[in-house]
Amino acid sequence: MSMPEDYLKYPERHYGMDHDRYDWSDLFQRAPVVWPNGARIALSIVTHVQHFPLDMPSKPFKAPGALSMPYPDFRYYTNRDYGNRVGIFRILRLLGEKGLKASFAINGIIASRYPALLDAVVEGGHEVVAHGLDMGKVHHSGLSEEDENAIIAEALGLLRQASGQKVEGWLSPGRAQGFNTPDLLAKNGVTYGLDWANDDLPYQMRTKNGVLIAMPMAYETDDRVVADEYFQSEADWVQQVKDRFDVLYRESADYGGRVMSLPIHSWVSGMPYRVEYLREVLDYILSHEGVWNAPAGEICAAFMKAGQPA
Amino acid sequence: MSAEPMKSDLGLYDYLPWPNRPKIVWPGNKKIAVWIAPNIEFYEYNPPNNPTRTPWARPNPDVLQYSHRDYGNRAGWQRMMAAMDRAGFRGSVSLNVALCDHHPEIIKACADRGWEFFSHGIYNTRYVYNLDIEQEREIIRDAFDTVRKHTGQELAGWLSPALSNNFWTMDILSEAGIQYTCDMFHDDQPMPVKVKSGKLISMPYSLEMNDVIVYNTQKVTPRHYGEIIKRQFDQLYKEGDESGTVMCIPLHPYLVGQPHRIDAFAEAIEYIAGHDGVWQTTGREIAAAYHSTGAYDAMSAAIAAYNAGPKDAGPKSAGKETR
Repeated sequence: MSMPEDYLKYPERHYGMDHDRYDWSDLFQRAPVVWPNGARIALSIVTHVQHFPLDMPSKPFKAPGALSMPYPDFRYYTNRDYGNRVGIFRILRLLGEKGLKASFAINGIIASRYPALLDAVVEGGHEVVAHGLDMGKVHHSGLSEEDENAIIAEALGLLRQASGQKVEGWLSPGRAQGFNTPDLLAKNGVTYGLDWANDDLPYQMRTKNGVLIAMPMAYETDDRVVADEYFQSEADWVQQVKDRFDVLYRESADYGGRVMSLPIHSWVSGMPYRVEYLREVLDYILSHEGVWNAPAGEICAAFMKAGQPA
Repeated sequence: MSAEPMKSDLGLYDYLPWPNRPKIVWPGNKKIAVWIAPNIEFYEYNPPNNPTRTPWARPNPDVLQYSHRDYGNRAGWQRMMAAMDRAGFRGSVSLNVALCDHHPEIIKACADRGWEFFSHGIYNTRYVYNLDIEQEREIIRDAFDTVRKHTGQELAGWLSPALSNNFWTMDILSEAGIQYTCDMFHDDQPMPVKVKSGKLISMPYSLEMNDVIVYNTQKVTPRHYGEIIKRQFDQLYKEGDESGTVMCIPLHPYLVGQPHRIDAFAEAIEYIAGHDGVWQTTGREIAAAYHSTGAYDAMSAAIAAYNAGPKDAGPKSAGKETR
């Protein structure tokens, strides 16, 4: 047996990345980023607000958190929906008490299903970010450009109409994209995305329709990842988030501003036994001088305004 | 996959129990050789498929996993390197050699520190499964040439890409001049490998100290990783009173170089470096010492003697008699 000759050919083996979306850049060699008022850390809280359809397809893959029991899966359908009915309001109250402004990455379909939820997010002064249409509509390269564009346009349209906001941020269900996704996002007026997990600062991505900013969002300290993939305790989540903050905060003294991202889920951190751990994390971060909290869109705008190189 | 029947045994080494082996004496009479092997890797955005293993769980491009790996080459490697510098460790880089082409800046930073480069294939998304022997030889040639061209180093070590192997792999590595393989986890001391030519040794690497296994398979927290590194070290250090041991810490900058992980790791390697009997070394240096001190020959003779033990008594009781 042997493999076709092409298996030992490497057409993209050359300097830099093996695609044209962005250039390689060393985090520690960039011009220092200066946040408003000289802040050292921009605190970006991103709450996932998700709808998992009972009949969600399993092909080509399921987004994390997907229903996993035989149809009809009452168990996980309702457990995830708990976040939309109860959990999110606990998180909103906590953020309100702390005077924090967050981004809420919301599946577009939720705007039509649960308008009260959208109202509460908007009234709280938070940013609405589009989180695709629903958790069953994953983006992947098997979708035609036309079909993918329709999903993006529908999600953005629903959220823009319900919130009255411009909705320029995007998070794909499962952080999954196809080859065309960044081009289509830019075409539909999206200015920044949260899918790519390769940096602690924003950077510029090329699309056929102009620049798209990749905003940092931690992958492994996401509350769902720690709870549902690593099966670690809430205290372990708190410790890792604090440790993450400590290192970024320390680095900011020598290398300029950093983004501390805090991805959470309304159906995870919104649980009664978990929400006080979220408070502990927020209290810890806010006890430091030089922490600037803003929705991801404002952090992105500040980054662009400062004329930061990618 | 070949049509040949599957084997029940690798057939690459013979048994030798831990007690009563020939004594290994490391340079400077150190008890333990500790080496750190950062896997500096490049995973492709749109790799070809291999019938035995699909590179990504999702259809190409799997941007979440791709970007997670890319974090190591944009941010994580610097934190990892700084922690190793502070503890006085050079790295033995398990290198996807195409990274020389993609990110020469990283290669230069490693080379400037006197780090060793060994080969971890071309890309971590290209496996040796289903290759014929000549195709696999071509990968080995590519690795030697690329590392020589970019660093001036002659490859000494090998870790197969994504730990993919064929039965002939060890033979053709040794034939090409590779001195040590990291693909086998059966011992805490270097051991001869049964190959057709040359004197290939199996270098203790480790599955259980490997950050990717610890964090992602065992689901261990970063602080607990620091604890198990220290415990592994304490035991091997103690046993090093009797005969030299080896401890390897295999790393991935996209994992250990995350902000929430780096400090616990840094503290653990500073703990190790704080012991007098530690030889902070590289894979190449351990292999050289294993030969120059006669350990390879002594261990080979002990293995031969043990396995030639009287049939009626059986090899196990033969081993006990030496007590």
